[in-house]
Amino acid sequence: MPTFASPRKLKALGVVGLNRRNGDYIAPCNPRHFYPRVDNKLITKQLAIEAGIAVPELFGVVETNHDARALAQLLSGHQDFVIKPAHGSGGEGIVVVDGRAGSLFRKTSGVLVGLDALEHHVSNILSGMYSLGGQPDHAMIEYRVRFDPLFGAITYQGVPDIRTVVYKGYPVMAMVRLPTRQSDGKANLHQGAVGAGIDIATGHTRNGVWHSRIVDAHPDTGAPIGGREIPQWGRLLHLAARCYELTGLGYLGVDVVLDAELGPLILELNARPGLGIQIANGVGLGRFLEAVDRDTRSGAPADARVAFSQQQFARHD
Amino acid sequence: MTRWHVPVLALLLMLVGGGIAAYKWLALGYPLQASATVDTWMVEARLSFDPTGSAAKATLLLPKQPPGYTVLDENFISRGYGLATEDLSAHRQAVWTTRRPSGPQALYYRASVVRSTEPYPPEGVPALPTEAQYEEPHRSAVLAVLDEVRARSADILSFAVALVRELNQPQPSNNVNLLLPREASAEDRARLAVSMLAGARIPARLSWGIPLVDGARDLRPRVWLEVNNGERWIAIDPGTAATGYPTDVLVWWRGDTAPFDLTRGRNGNVQFSALKSVEQALQTAELRSGIEHSRLSSVSLLDLPIQTQNLYRILLLVPIGALLIVFLRNVIGVQTFGTFMPVLIALSFRETELISGIVLFSVIVVLGLLIRFYLERLKLLLVPRLAAVVITVILLMALVSIASHRMDLEVGLSVALFPMVILAMTIERMSIIWEELGAADAIKQGIGSLAVAAACYLLMFHPQMEHLVFVFPELLLIVLGINLLLGRYTGYRLTELMRFRDMTR
Repeated sequence: MPTFASPRKLKALGVVGLNRRNGDYIAPCNPRHFYPRVDNKLITKQLAIEAGIAVPELFGVVETNHDARALAQLLSGHQDFVIKPAHGSGGEGIVVVDGRAGSLFRKTSGVLVGLDALEHHVSNILSGMYSLGGQPDHAMIEYRVRFDPLFGAITYQGVPDIRTVVYKGYPVMAMVRLPTRQSDGKANLHQGAVGAGIDIATGHTRNGVWHSRIVDAHPDTGAPIGGREIPQWGRLLHLAARCYELTGLGYLGVDVVLDAELGPLILELNARPGLGIQIANGVGLGRFLEAVDRDTRSGAPADARVAFSQQQFARHD
Repeated sequence: MTRWHVPVLALLLMLVGGGIAAYKWLALGYPLQASATVDTWMVEARLSFDPTGSAAKATLLLPKQPPGYTVLDENFISRGYGLATEDLSAHRQAVWTTRRPSGPQALYYRASVVRSTEPYPPEGVPALPTEAQYEEPHRSAVLAVLDEVRARSADILSFAVALVRELNQPQPSNNVNLLLPREASAEDRARLAVSMLAGARIPARLSWGIPLVDGARDLRPRVWLEVNNGERWIAIDPGTAATGYPTDVLVWWRGDTAPFDLTRGRNGNVQFSALKSVEQALQTAELRSGIEHSRLSSVSLLDLPIQTQNLYRILLLVPIGALLIVFLRNVIGVQTFGTFMPVLIALSFRETELISGIVLFSVIVVLGLLIRFYLERLKLLLVPRLAAVVITVILLMALVSIASHRMDLEVGLSVALFPMVILAMTIERMSIIWEELGAADAIKQGIGSLAVAAACYLLMFHPQMEHLVFVFPELLLIVLGINLLLGRYTGYRLTELMRFRDMTR
């Protein structure tokens, strides 16, 4: 028997629904012509490199089916790598190879596949299978992030990433997305990953959400999710905040991974970030967005914006 | 862009759409119900006579713009006669002529009429009547009655009404007794009133109406008094002094004459009969607004060729389905394949009926999915793979049709009209979701799409909805207005109340 929350209570909590996100934030803040900057991960990467923002290194791009045959050569220098569509969304179409066995490639799931399987996957990407609207796409091959051992106990395969919602350049809310067995190693809440809220002020994790339910332990490992401190938190917030200048988008989801050696790297940006982050943090976005609207000092540098957020959006529980 | 822009625009659209529809419904009589019928009267006049010479000529007065009614159609039945109709000021007349009539003759005029709210066209003041010359003591009586009535009246109409009342007193005054015999008929009273009104310089005339009684063979014309108040003729019942015609009276002719005239004929007689027939209100409204030259009817879809009409019958329903999708997605939060795929699926259900449509759709999608997964293993490129799915879908459709034909199921044959591109796209989308998000999501969205399509079908192809949208296409402006309002709905979706329910604990 489904039970419903009272809309009045949700409103009191400042919970933002999809209609409000689309109508009041995305439509006025995200100019349509800037979307390619986030929808095309190649452009995102180029802009980030120009701006000096840390991203995973790009090994190569496959643009035509003819190039796909040269995939072996492109991969020859790398033991591990990630193949992803430039226009993909929600982690779809991403293949992570973390090692080789003779002529075969080992996916993170442990399954061994041949070169022909990778070529077929690349050709699917090129034909637009994973892109919005099905238009032809490019396949990117890039550095595989070796994630910080911090999350080892609360991650099943895959790479956890940290999603920050950045509004008008101010980081307003963050969560870490932890892959599970059910999400097949993907860091997407829709697919069954766990999201854990993060205190913007301190970078400490809080309880998590799994399938819209509040959980305090990882469903696969049983390890507690809350109370972990994310390293280089200030640097991470700073990176996220600068993505505002990078894209010109006022309402942005910034996905950062923590590399064991390189620290926080911008993985991808999202012009329509989901709303599960509110459940993960146990609080609605509304009041933070309104606080930014009230206090926005136009042209404030990223440092000032981060400081404002850390001071204003601190949570103590 | 102000806050009020969208609501005001939406309100404006809804008012315009609703206003036009209301006008068409109330004033032009377009029916709201799909099966609405109106009473149409078939009125017949039968003129019979015996010819007395070689060439006979018969004239029959015909109704012209009868108040409260519209003549939809008329025809004349008169074998061996030449026929001409003439338009006179107060009525029309049919003139029948023949060379060699033999034996009793019968001429027919038949009209189908329907009630109308069209106002009676104004007519100017006619030439003032000549005053009747009364001999004394009648002259004094007339003047006395007129003086008394004038004292009790304010204008032409109230004067005439007061006069008729005076003539109808149960205890008539001496003056009236002098002018009217004891057993005076309504006709006598009306005649007297006309001549007395002439004395007061008020134009008046007799008019004759047929009371419409269903199935009656010999209807007697009744007389009314019509008074011109300077703008129009107003009827007064000479018996009761009530103004206006009763709704069931068809005014046939006017004046102090018989309804027919014969040259070289005798024993002339005219018989009126009436028959009520129930006709589709829509046809009647169309016919009538065409006759009454309504501006709106000239932009009616009903004038288009039937084939085009049938196309619009379907096309105009798409906005209804689209509005339902908007509601289900933005207010309820149902997930479907694509945005308007369910509307397209609903359109294809029209060919197959709902239940068999769902069964056929499911069967073909499941079979198509199996083939799609097999093609996946062949590692084909995307576009050739889609083409392969389309080809197999068509073959599957053909197979289903042949199989159902063998089993004597008619339904399976209509599947051939099922848009196969929609099926192929559904299969492709479903298989991608299957691979990316798992079977559970694919099946959930598949069932969601099917349920939404079924809801769209039920709403769009409800006979009442089809009728309303086709006869009142301006209602789509209301749909557009609601859609604009929903476009600014930034509240929670029903599914979000479920999704965020843990946050309120």
